Amino acid sequence: MYPSRFRYEAPQSLDEAIGLLHEAGDDAKVLAGGQSLVPLMKLRFASPELIVDINNIGGLAYHRADADGTLRIGALCRHVDLERSHLLRSSQPTMAGAAPLIADPIVRNRGTLVGSLCHADPQGDWASVVTALGGTVIAQGPSGRRAIAVTDFVTGPFENTLQPDEIAVEAVIPAAQGTRSGGYLKLERRVGDFATVGVAVALETSGGNVARAGIALTGVGGTTIAATAAAAALTGKPLTAESIAEAAELAAQAAQPRTDHRGSAEYKRHMVHTFVTRLLSRGSEPAERAA
Amino acid sequence: MTSTVYDDRDGQEATGVPMRRIKFTINGDKKVAEVEPRLLLAHLIRQGLSLTGTHMGCDTTNCGACTVLVDGRAVKSCTMLAVQADGHEITTVEGMASASELHPLQEGFKEEHGLQCGFCTPGMMLSAKALLDANPDPTEEDVRWALSGNLCRCTGYQNIVKSVLWAAAKLRAQAPAGEAALADEPAPEPEA
Amino acid sequence: MTALDEIKIGGLGASRKRVEDNRFIRGKGNYTDDIVLPGMLHMEILRSPLAHARIVSIDTSKAWQIPGVHLVLTGEMMATRNLAWMPTLSYDTQAVLATDKVRFQGQEVACVIADDPYIAKDACEAIDVEYEPLPAIVNPEQAVAEGAPVIRDDKENQADNVIYHWEVGDAGGTERAFAQADKVSRLKLHYPRSHPSPIECCGSIADFNRATSKLTVYMTTQAPHIIRAAVALVAELPEHMIRIVSPDIGGGFGNKVPVYPGYVCSILASILLERPVKWIEDKSGNLISTGFARDIYLDGEVAMRKDGKILAVRMHCDADHGAFFSDAQPSKFKIGLLHSAFASYDIPVGHITARGTYSNKAPGGVAYRCSFRVTEAMFFQERMIQAAAHDLGMDQAEFRRINFVRDDQFPYRTPFGFLTDSGQYAKCLDIGLNAVGYTDFLKQRAEARARGRRLGIGISTMTEPLGAGNSREYDILGIKMFDSADLKVHMTGKAIVRTGARTQGQGHETTWAQIVAHELGIPAEDITVEEGDTDTAPFGMGTYASRSTPVAGAAVAMVSRKIRAKARKLAAHLLEVSEEDVEWELGRFYVRSAPDRGVTIQECAMAAYSNMPDGMEPGLENTAYYDPPNLTWPFAVYIVTVEVDPETGVWDVLNMVAVDDCGVRINPMIVEGQIMGGLTEAYAMSSMQFITFDADGNCVGSNYMDYLLPTAWETPGYELHSEVVTPSPHHPIGAKGIGECAAVGGPAAFVNAVMDAIDDTGVRNIDMPLLPDRVWEALTKRHDVSGAPPVRSD
Repeated sequence: MYPSRFRYEAPQSLDEAIGLLHEAGDDAKVLAGGQSLVPLMKLRFASPELIVDINNIGGLAYHRADADGTLRIGALCRHVDLERSHLLRSSQPTMAGAAPLIADPIVRNRGTLVGSLCHADPQGDWASVVTALGGTVIAQGPSGRRAIAVTDFVTGPFENTLQPDEIAVEAVIPAAQGTRSGGYLKLERRVGDFATVGVAVALETSGGNVARAGIALTGVGGTTIAATAAAAALTGKPLTAESIAEAAELAAQAAQPRTDHRGSAEYKRHMVHTFVTRLLSRGSEPAERAA
Repeated sequence: MTSTVYDDRDGQEATGVPMRRIKFTINGDKKVAEVEPRLLLAHLIRQGLSLTGTHMGCDTTNCGACTVLVDGRAVKSCTMLAVQADGHEITTVEGMASASELHPLQEGFKEEHGLQCGFCTPGMMLSAKALLDANPDPTEEDVRWALSGNLCRCTGYQNIVKSVLWAAAKLRAQAPAGEAALADEPAPEPEA
Repeated sequence: MTALDEIKIGGLGASRKRVEDNRFIRGKGNYTDDIVLPGMLHMEILRSPLAHARIVSIDTSKAWQIPGVHLVLTGEMMATRNLAWMPTLSYDTQAVLATDKVRFQGQEVACVIADDPYIAKDACEAIDVEYEPLPAIVNPEQAVAEGAPVIRDDKENQADNVIYHWEVGDAGGTERAFAQADKVSRLKLHYPRSHPSPIECCGSIADFNRATSKLTVYMTTQAPHIIRAAVALVAELPEHMIRIVSPDIGGGFGNKVPVYPGYVCSILASILLERPVKWIEDKSGNLISTGFARDIYLDGEVAMRKDGKILAVRMHCDADHGAFFSDAQPSKFKIGLLHSAFASYDIPVGHITARGTYSNKAPGGVAYRCSFRVTEAMFFQERMIQAAAHDLGMDQAEFRRINFVRDDQFPYRTPFGFLTDSGQYAKCLDIGLNAVGYTDFLKQRAEARARGRRLGIGISTMTEPLGAGNSREYDILGIKMFDSADLKVHMTGKAIVRTGARTQGQGHETTWAQIVAHELGIPAEDITVEEGDTDTAPFGMGTYASRSTPVAGAAVAMVSRKIRAKARKLAAHLLEVSEEDVEWELGRFYVRSAPDRGVTIQECAMAAYSNMPDGMEPGLENTAYYDPPNLTWPFAVYIVTVEVDPETGVWDVLNMVAVDDCGVRINPMIVEGQIMGGLTEAYAMSSMQFITFDADGNCVGSNYMDYLLPTAWETPGYELHSEVVTPSPHHPIGAKGIGECAAVGGPAAFVNAVMDAIDDTGVRNIDMPLLPDRVWEALTKRHDVSGAPPVRSD
């Protein structure tokens, strides 16, 4: 209930923040929305020596599309901004489907998408969504910026590939190679529950064929799972009952669920199959809670 | 006048905990506070400001009993550091009523029996206030959705929903025509 | 002179807005954690990470070094004051701080008292405890297995893990009835461990004043007088020097009845430090260590004739009590009122056996929104009845109707000894079936089934024994279960009423005044209600098991009548007639022969202080102790319809109808609030809320990320019916308990609905909560699904 002691800095610029992280080494944590970090600190599962609060840094709260359709989400863009975004609703069905399913409405007021990617919780929803969309994370450090594919960024449970003196400043969703469809389905027992199973599907269709497909799985492995074989089974051809069935089967095979109090491994695998089938069959219908 | 007194522990350093000075507004009053960085906003509100209407129910950011408004948005104050309030405007349950008049939500909760033990009520009303500020004419579904970050153990929610709708109707009746513009686009809801 | 309008003065039957709301809606409630005393210190508890382990050593030296730390308490230090162990409310003992072993994960090992809770927590982390792990026991089967480790090796003469064997009924008669049956139906299930989990956790502020020798404890307790007695016994302090104050309580539901180690430690710390010591539990501490409920294995059978008449019932219950037998329940009944099972039905004979065992889990078995295990009893009753109807191929509503206790059978003696006294069971069922559109739904269900959709309807009824005692049969630790009220009418006709109960959201501050208004005609708004301070409240057993209205509420009526009796004498004096010539109507005495000549109750009150007859004791104050002649017997029918998604196992509630007959309703608005709250806990238990354990005894469900309470979004809407009112024949105003009925009877309605939706699978049971994976498993594998610990893993 009561965090350990830490030093606290609230820099006004990214350079200043990066400088602080650089000096501190491994024992520093960046605080953005804080909706995962602060609870961990209260439970003393995390006891950083330094907190670098980036909330006072201007110019990070955006989400916007470039002229070519590339979507950029700043480090202080809150879940609620995405949930209410016309831009997402008109052009990003997978993200729009997931946004209302993140945690609960109050947490969404503060938590951020980029922070959620950094937290790398295997049950985190955004990592699957961004993975399915082929997104990247922009990290900024003392030597400048680099882009990290989200599949390389999230490496294990609560592990990412940021250097200690880097800050994830932006998530980038590449422009679509056609018309987007897809969605996010999450089996949760109540609002605010972690996903028992979550599935993100992102399709880009052009001329009747699937130009690009992405499928990613939440809560069924030690980390977010990119179901690449399943996605490949859909690509370069029209969406048919056969390709849907094949993709669902391959996605279920890609899952590595464990039996626990949320359900058996077999059930979770079955739910991956069901959700992939439903998402592909429904095209771009809005997401639902609890299937 | 305030002072901090430490035990003299023969040669041991005084605690020397670095404190930070913050400025914020709470319920319309401007304040300055010296806080240890690890202090949670909920504790600053409850102990530092003696505003005990903000309650603490859980450790894991689930129950919403500690909900306050920060710059108009509902926030779980147990999951925000007090230092992060620097420069911001906070509203707690104590700031809902004016000297002479209850907020329609407060009236609504009493009229429709929207509370029993009262522990979740302040947080519930503040989440509802954030909803009504953005969406003056919510449906029952809108209300249930907006309150889904606040747990109540007593009422079963049905009367809470009625309380919020009661307040919404009263606020609409009070508002001069044309002033019910949306402050914020209401969030879409997933299907049931 | 027109008679007073009882509803207008806030009397019986008025949906009076709640008085207590005025402070709660302003954030001006006064909960334990809101209280700040001068010089107050803060206590935090260090808990065991292991479920079963020998304590090798505890090193607190680093904790003592932390600036701001005032005291570090360990079991060893408690032992020197004979406080390492304390008696429980069930004649067992419980560790305050562990000395020899830890016996469940989360057990209290040490505590730190410091300037603020942050520092106290820092110091807890600095305590080094070395443990030697022992095998953990997480269910009764393991507890009684050959060679099982003895958990309570601290107790002399405890060679195994069995706490008690208990039985009731007629074993021989039941055996004979079963032998004559056309059909026998059997059902086995586990009612999972659940936690009452009020949003406010437990806590206390102990304030020992050396100068006056007085100990004041502000604490989250549903039963302040019981706590006072317990503190007197445990801490060996004189009872008159102990004042327990129960301020506003953020929900109780049974969780705040027992005595917890944290209370005791804060008291000792305050005595040692001579400063107020505040302990506020965190949610993990609350869920992992304080009074859980249920965790019982039920195996029963009914014997039936072909025509559906039940001939006999028998069942066995294995109760897992955790590491210490610390239930708060009537001492005569080891497994609470579980023998209320089947009280809704006319069954000639039956036999129940029960066995309690220890395990490496938190102690409890508290009455969670329940009159001492009635929830388990009614759940099994209604699950068994549905299974039996199904086995007979009979309509489940018709099967119930055939077997109900009929209206003309009351008072009815159940095979297990209860005397149910009133009810209109069939009428309640008919109203419920009509409201839900039973016949139409069955058609719809059949059509949907043909198209591959699965609809289901679940019925549950419940007969709940509420309002313990009478004192002949009911006591806790020998203290008889009566209750009390104290009424003082001031000279201007305003009044204050105090009881030995303690409201936690039930609205006593509103409803007790309504009872006085009904009895005396004093407007409810002129009456203050006060509870919870043992220095001012009359002795009472507290609020749990829905006993407030049946017992304390009755005492309020009775003390009002005592006041009225004295007021009558005052009226006769004022009217200058003899007492026999005085008649009463609400709020006023008048001369029988001249109804226009009268005096109001307020005028009588003034006279009690200013113009009493010679020889009359001044004042208008009195106290009543009420020892109920019987329990009150509310009845209810709950009906749920659901749709199950066969592909995912997810089920949605389509409709829920509740028909409650709780006798006379003092405040219908509050009664309905209680019912909706209870229905929601029923929904929670059936759908998501449970605490389980892995094979090592690690608790799964010790925070709100795993222990799920439903939000406004999932919680269904309810349709409530109040048409049936069968007054209690013995309660002074005809009221019965209501606070728990829906939580008691509700769970079976939800489960029965889901089971009905999969009634073609041969599956007899899925243990609660009916998580989607369990429903899916039952549907696809066609077998029963157990939820008993240890939790399944790879």
